[in-house]
Amino acid sequence: MRKYSVFAVAREALRGHKGWGPHWASPEPRKQYDAIIIGGGGHGLGAAYYLAKEHGITNVAVLEKGWIGGGNTGRNTTIIRSNYLYEESMDIYEHSLKLWENLSQDLNYNVMYSPRGVMMLSHNIHDQQSFKRHINANRLYGIDNEWLTPEQAKAYCPPLDISKTARYPINGAALQRRGGTARHDAVAWGYARAASDRGVHIIQNCEVTGIRRDETGHVTGVDTNRGFIGAKKVGISAAGHSSVLMQMADVRVPLQSQPLQALVSEPLKPIFPCVVMSNSVHAYISQSDKGEFVIGAGTDQYNSYSQTGGLQIITHTLDAICELFPMFRRVKMMRQWGGIVDVTQDRSPIQGVTPVPGLYLNAGWGTGGFKATPGSANLFAHLIARGEPHRLAAGLTLERFRTGRLIDEAAAAAVAH
Amino acid sequence: MLLIYCPYCEEERSELEFRNAGDAHIVRPANIAEISDEEFEEYFFLRQNPKGLIYERWRHIHGCGRFFNAVRDTVSDRFHVTYKAGEPKPDLDAEPKTNETVETYEALEGVAE
Repeated sequence: MRKYSVFAVAREALRGHKGWGPHWASPEPRKQYDAIIIGGGGHGLGAAYYLAKEHGITNVAVLEKGWIGGGNTGRNTTIIRSNYLYEESMDIYEHSLKLWENLSQDLNYNVMYSPRGVMMLSHNIHDQQSFKRHINANRLYGIDNEWLTPEQAKAYCPPLDISKTARYPINGAALQRRGGTARHDAVAWGYARAASDRGVHIIQNCEVTGIRRDETGHVTGVDTNRGFIGAKKVGISAAGHSSVLMQMADVRVPLQSQPLQALVSEPLKPIFPCVVMSNSVHAYISQSDKGEFVIGAGTDQYNSYSQTGGLQIITHTLDAICELFPMFRRVKMMRQWGGIVDVTQDRSPIQGVTPVPGLYLNAGWGTGGFKATPGSANLFAHLIARGEPHRLAAGLTLERFRTGRLIDEAAAAAVAH
Repeated sequence: MLLIYCPYCEEERSELEFRNAGDAHIVRPANIAEISDEEFEEYFFLRQNPKGLIYERWRHIHGCGRFFNAVRDTVSDRFHVTYKAGEPKPDLDAEPKTNETVETYEALEGVAE
């Protein structure tokens, strides 16, 4: 792999940029691997990278049915934060945030992590009580989060309308300064490049059609549209399609697949300095480095794999954005799209072993999986390598729906999906 | 936005009038205090989530207010049939099958040539 540096850029500038090679290799699949990861999104590619880097397992394949960066990794609104309520959540999201802080250096790839601050607006006394509870829980756990008055919120984000006569008046805000955004494509590409460099096979346009097991029930490999590929360990990290894959191994999982939409505006000059979220009126918005406003809507109410969604959902979000930021009322929206997210009943992810020996599951990240990418990938690699969960992911098991030990972030999410 | 046929009002109305209420044909165990944790998980948490035909409940909340069931394709979002609560699962094999649908706009690219 050619290392990226200022010297490499200077050298290539003199040579007409003819020396840049592909980011990752596209080899033919082998007959047998030590481990297979199904799903070439950030979580899957990252897990392959950490398997190679931290656990010395390089005979690994990542199978992606589409192309790298074409799934939810390239469809989300790129928000990063760790201000969750429960310890199980704070553990994994804070682990992730710490990895984000050094990810560009680690991968030698600029993922454009930008800790510009994530501000959550409080509109009523219930919001205020809930946010202050979060702030206290976070600070006791060593995670930064602070309360702002409306005037302080306005100072942090000048386009915000804090007038008393606003349609959605604001009585304060919670701010996590280390939160922010990153470039989502770059995360997938960076992990793919770094994993490929360590010997991982990245196989695109390879759809898994079956999961094979031997007579003891242990996984032996997967059937794909490119033939059978063997492995004693298979990790599923396929977002909205995770339950479809689990059904191939005859395991039912508590996941529901729903469309989640996002949209971007025409590019504008830098005007919006941070990420703003509002739970009560359902809106979240930031400005990308290209200048586009990146806006997230809610999930549709029904299960679907259509990668689209209802117009009324984004209309509702834009109504709220226009009220909170009156100066954006005449901004034109440029593109809209949908992704399929897998949602659990307690809105917390599932990462752990399954009833099938050798089959591991990383799913249920629902509407907030991007921020977890490095942390989830890192701990999923640990799970696949050791066969048991890392301490930081120990609570995210599939069994919690049987034991009743749920992690009820449903009431604690930043926005009510 | 979906157009949904309410079998009670006997007309197609916009999705805005309806609330999705999850899987249809789930029966609450009569002996709920005695069932095992596995059985409770099965009843309470595990759902079908099929990529294909789903049997689901809807409520015409801003209309007649009544629950009814529907069969919908989760890839195309097309409704096959809606039927009143309490009626048996319809026999879909008797129905004509729809053409195979494509998932995304990207999947259509290049097909026309």
